[in-house]
Amino acid sequence: MDELINKRVKEVLHGNQEAFEEIVIHFQHRLYQVCYRMLNNAAEAEDIAQEAFVRAYVNLETYDQKRKFSTWLYRIATNLCIDRIRKKKPDYYLDATVPGTEGLDMYSQIAMVQQLPEEEVEKMEMKDRVQYEVNRLPDKYRTIIILRYMEDLQLQEIADILEMPLGTVKTRVHRGREALRQQMGSM
Amino acid sequence: MEKCPKHVVHYMHAFLDGEITNEEEQIMNEHLKLCVECRETFEELEQTVTLFKAVDVVEAPTGFVNGVTARLPRQTVKKGPNKWLRQHPFMVAAAMFLLLMSASFFSSFENEQQFSFTKQPNLVVEGETVVVPAGETVVGDLVVKNGNLRIEGEVDGDVTVIRGSKYMASTAVITGSSEEINEIFDWLWYKMKSVAKEIIPASKEEKLENE
Repeated sequence: MDELINKRVKEVLHGNQEAFEEIVIHFQHRLYQVCYRMLNNAAEAEDIAQEAFVRAYVNLETYDQKRKFSTWLYRIATNLCIDRIRKKKPDYYLDATVPGTEGLDMYSQIAMVQQLPEEEVEKMEMKDRVQYEVNRLPDKYRTIIILRYMEDLQLQEIADILEMPLGTVKTRVHRGREALRQQMGSM
Repeated sequence: MEKCPKHVVHYMHAFLDGEITNEEEQIMNEHLKLCVECRETFEELEQTVTLFKAVDVVEAPTGFVNGVTARLPRQTVKKGPNKWLRQHPFMVAAAMFLLLMSASFFSSFENEQQFSFTKQPNLVVEGETVVVPAGETVVGDLVVKNGNLRIEGEVDGDVTVIRGSKYMASTAVITGSSEEINEIFDWLWYKMKSVAKEIIPASKEEKLENE
């Protein structure tokens, strides 16, 4: 499959725009899903996922063909999603400690933004609940958990996408998983 | 509870990542048998993971691909050469160098309209004509630009007239070579020769010294 994709990439680089359509068809669902899980909004997910493909097309010359195309594509998409999420949030220094708390930083506050009353959470269908809990995760865990469990990617691939050391990815998967466990505690 | 070793939690995560060794798994399982709390934590973690893995696959809406195609920038004709230029920066640099060099070279031929000549003590200038008077001897090479040269006496060296003409009286003597340059190719040849001359005599002198 990767070979076929690389062949298409070469064709696009030689000026065949139609070959790019095949790439889009091949990756559309996966990319849309990441965006949807990250943004929790169908319209925004469509916009950002399409934008990711456009950016990939425009910057195709910078893609290193020795690496996996999907990794590169995921990187563009996740970066766009993170930018979009940041734009929606008010400006805080995320590492700043919240006044009047002990060691609680802004990450924990952001997770609370979309907090719903417990009764409503309990009434949710499981699939909505899962999405809701993912969105409550702090940014740095959310992306990783989505890539790990919803996209079913290997840790090494996640490290490549996010350009992070493998150790950092592992730690964040652990912490994200632990955070989810605690959030789901009221199941 | 306080006797739960911290590494057991690490083992749980390692297990969930599929990166646990047999030995570690054994230690973990033994602990889980004894510790209800850790067993609960482990079960919750496993359950959470299962739930998140089982979440429905979302598919891109219909028309997604067309939407992308519509947003792609139109291909432009100049894309080809642009790409080539970006991929061959050295060639571009070399071409630019040649272009600028030749531009300055040709402009130096076209624009040098000023009348000039090699300064020699016994030359006489009449308007735009340089005269080597009868009976006089000019020692050294003589170059006249944008003017005429009339030789009545002797020149002990090469004579070059650029964009001008040369009259020789019957008494004229030139010991070196003599040429008139009016065309750009002559000019080019002349330039090349003068550059070569600057280099070669030096090497000749060195040879002489060596001998």
